Amino acid sequence: MDETLKVIEPLLIELSVPGRRGFKFAASDVPRAQEPDSAIRREGGVLLPQASELDTVRHFTRLASMTFGVDMGPYPLGSCTMKYNPKLNEACASLDGFTALHPLQDEDTVQGALELMYRMQESLSELVGMPCCTLAPCAGAHGEYTGLKIIRSYFHDKGQSNRNRILIPVSAHGTNPASANVNGFEVVEVASSSDGLVDMDDLRSKLDENTAALMLTNPNTLGLFETDILEISRLVHEKGGLMYYDGANFNALMGWARPGDMGFDVVHLNLHKTFSTPHGGGGPGSGPVLAKEHLRPFVPRPTVVRHKSDGRYALSWGRGRRRTKVCAFWGNFLVVVRAYAYILAMGSDGLRAASTYAVLNANYLRVSMQDIFSPAYGSLCKHEFVLGLARFREETGVSALDMAKGLIDLGFHPPTMYFPTIVHEALMFEPTESESKDTLDSLSQAMHSLCETARTDAGALHGAPVGTIIGRVDEVRAVKQPVLKYQED
Amino acid sequence: MYSYIPHTEEETALMLKAVGLASEDELFSDVRAAGCLLPGGLNLPEGLSEQEVLDRIRALADRNTKGICFLGAGCYDHIIPSAVRALSSLPAFTTAYTPYQPEISQGLLEAIFEYQSMICALTGMDVSNASLYDGATAAVEAAALALSDRRKTTEVIVSETVHPFTLMCLNTWAHGTSRVVKVLPEKDGVSNLCALDGMLNPQTAVFIAQSPNRYGLFEDFTGVAETVHAKGALFAVSSDPMSLAIQKSQAQWGADIAIGDAQSLGLSMGFGGPSCGYMAVRKELMRRIPGRIVGQTADDRGNRAYVLTLQAREQHIKRERATSNICSNEALCCITSVIYTSLLGWEGLKEAAVLSYDKAHYLCTGLRSLGYTIPVADGRFWCEFPVVFPSEKKMEHFIASMRKKGIFPGVRLGRLTGKPADAPVLLVAVTEKRTREELDLYLSLAKKEAR
Repeated sequence: MDETLKVIEPLLIELSVPGRRGFKFAASDVPRAQEPDSAIRREGGVLLPQASELDTVRHFTRLASMTFGVDMGPYPLGSCTMKYNPKLNEACASLDGFTALHPLQDEDTVQGALELMYRMQESLSELVGMPCCTLAPCAGAHGEYTGLKIIRSYFHDKGQSNRNRILIPVSAHGTNPASANVNGFEVVEVASSSDGLVDMDDLRSKLDENTAALMLTNPNTLGLFETDILEISRLVHEKGGLMYYDGANFNALMGWARPGDMGFDVVHLNLHKTFSTPHGGGGPGSGPVLAKEHLRPFVPRPTVVRHKSDGRYALSWGRGRRRTKVCAFWGNFLVVVRAYAYILAMGSDGLRAASTYAVLNANYLRVSMQDIFSPAYGSLCKHEFVLGLARFREETGVSALDMAKGLIDLGFHPPTMYFPTIVHEALMFEPTESESKDTLDSLSQAMHSLCETARTDAGALHGAPVGTIIGRVDEVRAVKQPVLKYQED
Repeated sequence: MYSYIPHTEEETALMLKAVGLASEDELFSDVRAAGCLLPGGLNLPEGLSEQEVLDRIRALADRNTKGICFLGAGCYDHIIPSAVRALSSLPAFTTAYTPYQPEISQGLLEAIFEYQSMICALTGMDVSNASLYDGATAAVEAAALALSDRRKTTEVIVSETVHPFTLMCLNTWAHGTSRVVKVLPEKDGVSNLCALDGMLNPQTAVFIAQSPNRYGLFEDFTGVAETVHAKGALFAVSSDPMSLAIQKSQAQWGADIAIGDAQSLGLSMGFGGPSCGYMAVRKELMRRIPGRIVGQTADDRGNRAYVLTLQAREQHIKRERATSNICSNEALCCITSVIYTSLLGWEGLKEAAVLSYDKAHYLCTGLRSLGYTIPVADGRFWCEFPVVFPSEKKMEHFIASMRKKGIFPGVRLGRLTGKPADAPVLLVAVTEKRTREELDLYLSLAKKEAR
């Protein structure tokens, strides 16, 4: 550890006092057993913190106070749907009847949990317009992995293993090509047209008998609805390929349009985006996958079924075939509980309203900033939009990063920076439906004032943020001299 | 009006006007023009009040039955200190995104750094990532890591004694691709390591094994690393992190990759998820490990600071060249686990591990003295052991009579593996949470059944 640096909050291990403990177990009420064989036994100890309960509570509470969450302030982070995480969700997910449940209990003892999962499957099916659902994937990328696995198994089963290519727009999230690669597919990029949508000519030229699927986010990462979507689906299907819907941006369309009706065959959703479950500083998420009927045999197991005869719920492993599985048990169940609470609270009209106001907020924010910045592409956006600050940077020397850091000083979490890569100096705003008109007005004012600062005192922004507990970090040092764990002096 | 949407009618009208639209429908004119507008509404119920939602969901929770839990097989009923729940539900931790803006995420980054430090300490490895989904997917990531590191290899050897679901996840991962998953058979409940050398070949990227294994047994990996490395492959060991307070760490076995599921470190069972997969590697593999990593560095004011680092490995940079697609992980769960180990310290963790060990042995000894067949010697298992019944029917009778007294007596191994030989095998897990009274109740009921 570099001793010349000032330490804001020491690691708990640096605050340790030998002999201190923060938790006590009851004394053993059974005899000591014979020790494990010496070949197996671990000798000696390792260094972990030695702290009292209060030491630990204060340390982590201080760490929490050094962390910005949705509960602290506006979080217009594009593509991440940082909507409010209702406290009701937490109350539901912390019920003892769920938290204390073992995944391998007999099914008659977990009927409530299975019913909740079944109802969740049914609700999501209705929302996307596809009949098959698995709640197993633990995150969006895990959903992509699972959805592409379904596609691979489908073509394998049909004897079309030649279908080894996944078409992906150049504007797509990085996870799309990564997921394709992880599944052993070859990635073919599809160009964007001058209006920011799928370039239809390029798509036609790249579709062939080796196409397994087109992966598409709709609205896309520019926040624009792919208006040729029905024609796109027709073309892909005509060539024998399948349509994969990345649900990252589904918060734009709930109750307004369904991937199933647009011609998609497989979709993953992000419960931690669209369905208000907390992001947890990076996870846990949940990425359910839904598919059309012809893909049912290839959906990983188990899924929850309801027996018509007696109304009982059960985990179904399917008939015969191979047992496929993508995670340890049944997925991130407690995340599913939260999302189900949200669906119940919002209902049919409420979910539609969430999308309506998410789109209204994005457009209102877009328009309120249009005198200083216009979106890189398009006008009417869906739930998010992307500004390109390339010219602004040329004029002022102030980068998208500087603007983002400047927003921090004004109390906002920055928008997503430098994505999608087809836009230079990109800032991607997604206000979500949670933010009020007042908040959007103050965000717009903040952007205006930063713009003004950029033209009068650009240097001030290069040094932003100044009001935070630390300044800009040395990322190069982090890579060149990696310190990835506590090291004893 | 909806609780989670702040707009008043007046504000909505003002906002629409500012955008230049006459109605909310016009926000979706592009969707309409594309012919994609959903006719009619969603066929879902109307929204409910908070109290109604809580009542409904509580009713579902109440339909689940609790019991004295002797179930394990990858998910265990350990004691969770109150402070763990309180601290891991602090809103800043729960409602933050991935800490891409270090100036306003120092607390989260430092907590993850502490988690990485804890995982490295327990496993003895050099570099830990900021968590994976669970133990099974960690094994899949280990396989993928090894294939990318050992160029031109195509196959993975996995011991038959890993968790059955881990094996299923690996097979699912390989299905329909050029990857091959080969299974090293078991012998007497542990990996038949004598057969390993004969299976290793130039195509082999990694050997993956687990201890305690699917039966709860410790595996003795003496000499395995040498055998595996001699053939140019990597060695990955999956272990319950709490067990590492008793048994040798992955580094002590000479493994290259340490993986496992950290559910035992303060995470509730939660019907199996969310859990927390962990992975740590030797420093030579630092640039191969998947997922996010927090590093310590400095800021421009001379402060020690933390930041997400080595991002060139990750999917958002590497795109189609990425060998892992993970982005969202189980950050909140990894923070939960480091809060847990912080409260316990090494002594406390060892105490929990030893208590589980002693109590499992107490029950095992008791059952054996009642005539039950437990094909494992004392000292060869940690907190879980298999009981082999004369028939599946006898086992079901045993389970049914235990259930009547509120005990979940164990996991049916055959249901997990699908193997006929496992049909009469009950996996019994005992943690530090089980009391002497509960153990003696189990034994008294088992005594009646033994007659």
